[in-house]
Amino acid sequence: MPDVINADGTIRQDNWAVVPRPEDGESLAIPSDQPALIPADLWLAGYEHFTGNDRIGVWFDSHDEPEIIADKVNELPLIGVNFPRFVDGRGYSIARLLRERFGYRNELRAIGDVLLDQLQFMKRCGFDSYALRADKDINHAATCLNFFSQGYQAATDTDLPLFRRRAG
Amino acid sequence: MYVYDEHDRQMAAERVAQFRDQTRRALAGELSEEEFLPLRLQNGLYVQRHAPMLRICVPYGMLRSDQLRRLARITRDYDKGYAHFTTRQNVQLNWPALEDVPDILADLAEVEMHANQTSGNCIRNTTTDQFSGVQADEITDPRPYCEIIRQWSTFHPEFAFLPRKFKVAVNASEKTDRAAIRIHDIGLQIVRNDAGELGFRVHVGGGLGRTPMVGPVIREFLPELDLLTYLEAVLRVYNRYGRRDNKFKARIKILVKALTPEGFAEKVEAEWAHIKDSPTRLTPEAIERMKGFFTEPPYEALDNATDLLARQRFENRDFDQWLSHNVDVHKKPGYAIVTLTLKKTGTPPGDVTDHQLEQIADLADEYSFGEVRVTHHQNVVLADVRQDRLLELWEAITPMGFGTANLNTLTDIICCPGGDYCALANAKSIPVAEAIQRRFEDLDYLYDLGNIDLNISGCMNACGHHHVGNIGVLGVDKKGEEFYQVSLGGSSHHDADIGKILGPSFAREDMPEVIAKIIDVYVDQRTEEEEFLDTYRRIGIKPFKERVYA
Ligand code: HEM
Ligand code: SF4
Repeated sequence: MPDVINADGTIRQDNWAVVPRPEDGESLAIPSDQPALIPADLWLAGYEHFTGNDRIGVWFDSHDEPEIIADKVNELPLIGVNFPRFVDGRGYSIARLLRERFGYRNELRAIGDVLLDQLQFMKRCGFDSYALRADKDINHAATCLNFFSQGYQAATDTDLPLFRRRAG
Repeated sequence: MYVYDEHDRQMAAERVAQFRDQTRRALAGELSEEEFLPLRLQNGLYVQRHAPMLRICVPYGMLRSDQLRRLARITRDYDKGYAHFTTRQNVQLNWPALEDVPDILADLAEVEMHANQTSGNCIRNTTTDQFSGVQADEITDPRPYCEIIRQWSTFHPEFAFLPRKFKVAVNASEKTDRAAIRIHDIGLQIVRNDAGELGFRVHVGGGLGRTPMVGPVIREFLPELDLLTYLEAVLRVYNRYGRRDNKFKARIKILVKALTPEGFAEKVEAEWAHIKDSPTRLTPEAIERMKGFFTEPPYEALDNATDLLARQRFENRDFDQWLSHNVDVHKKPGYAIVTLTLKKTGTPPGDVTDHQLEQIADLADEYSFGEVRVTHHQNVVLADVRQDRLLELWEAITPMGFGTANLNTLTDIICCPGGDYCALANAKSIPVAEAIQRRFEDLDYLYDLGNIDLNISGCMNACGHHHVGNIGVLGVDKKGEEFYQVSLGGSSHHDADIGKILGPSFAREDMPEVIAKIIDVYVDQRTEEEEFLDTYRRIGIKPFKERVYA
């Protein structure tokens, strides 16, 4: 079973699968023995069927619009946001929208090209679990999640940008 | 000037520790080159023709004398004893070793300096007018806002991996624009509305490079407290919708053009409506607190030294010329703004030795409350010099090579490092600058020509701002040989414009003559009060073409 990093840097095992978008003409291959993340638009298309199933979550690709499920986010046990390449920063905005705009409260996972040096940015934008790319040293994650003890800005993790803390 | 508190110091130290760890992993092969690339770029480290190149941040161009001395020591200890002032008010070292960079960053952090976000696809150093706080006609000092933006953009978790680099510039004067705000991704013009409230006119989507554009206005008035939330909205729209499939189409200017400025503005307003009142909204106290760092130095109550200066000018013609060109009016009676030019013929524009850095530090301590400003024209400003000490200062700087009285003239050239240093170059740029400076050594003739911006870049990337030079020179490659394309009519000021290409390119040895012919047309055709750009705008490009290609 693959390891997943928690926001506090601890490691746990979990067996959520990420179901890729099916090719034209093929159907969604949801595994029977594992909980699974499916493309968010397909979840919405099969809403009647999927909603309430706590073994089905959704994932967004970096060009997807999280707005499509804005009013339904908390019906999902887990949302994944894909980083197709680590230099594609759209996932950070998607995460903040899910958390801060749509009020998503359950687990938010970074998937795809997830490397160590981006973990703290992800955490600040509201991700609370990270599926690190397999070739990276998972034991270094706790260090990388905590390079900085504070930040200048308000983000998902804090409503107090430094300019407000300085005033206090 | 801004002074770090324990929070800034802590984050600066943590940043150095982080980069040390990253460098160790890169050298140990745990980080691939591709993975290390954005990390090192966001710490200022490029890999260049000869060696890595380190770009050190000088926030909005402000430097203290202790920082200058530290820079001098760093160039001596880790480099070849010289540094380069860039067109973005930063400092660049050309020869550091990769494994030394964490130590250099630690040395910088001790004097409240860093290289954060000076490269890479992130929010870069915010720049402004080098005369901020000392000129009479500004609406308010822009530097507190620049520092507010610096802090907001530093390690911003959402915007560290944008489609492309992102630059913000702020201007506060109604009459001049020394910050070239309209060729930045975001240009902020400080204004007052009819009710007398302070705010910004927001330009988005300017930029040079391959597709030069002048940034359109997307909001006429943004109240000052809304500065950061609005920037956050612009950046979020750009982060989500800017193109990532093609590096040459990834700047925000391309998105603004594709959506039209109105369409882009609508998207920003829609995003902003959600976050306008978020915790990121500034407070009057936060702005007041920041303004507290940019108060006036302890000026003495003086009168203008008009008679003294008149006498000194009369007795010394060289001093007179320097005063006319390199010294500007200060808002306080008895004081003056002095620009030290780094444009001596034979020295690459913007280059300084370690020794010169120390000399500048000493001059700052002796004459200008220990501070200097770097300009985007690659010069250095002493902003608060007593008028009765100008002669003494001029006598001191002349042998140092900072007294060339050519500010804003044809030979005050902006020039990128070009083929001598830069791996991307099509052609050398420094020797062209030098040849032109030699051709126009007669100062009386130069002064007669008035203000002319001549800008040179060694390739399309436009580091030397050639598009917005009144005369622009661009290095091009023709079948492996170096040629130069000339454009006319650009401007980086309030009347910003992109120059038009004159015609086929020229060989390097012909360049001084080509420039001379262009100048001849201007001299023949100008009316009494016209500057070069005025004449060009009146008569168009045709007469220049006819003369140059005759
Ligand atoms: C020596 C190595 C250098 C390299 C490899 C380099 C590379 C580049 C590249 C690739 C761009 C284009 C980015 C784009 O717009 O797509 C660029 C832009 C720029 N560079 Fe450099 N550069 C170097 C040195 C400098 C120096 C020394 C300066 C200052 C004098 C400078 C100032 C700028 C500026 C102002 C721009 C922005 C133009 C714009 O707004 O688009 N660069 N540089
Ligand atoms: S303009 Fe081109 S040649 Fe000049 S420094 Fe920039 S990338 Fe290099």
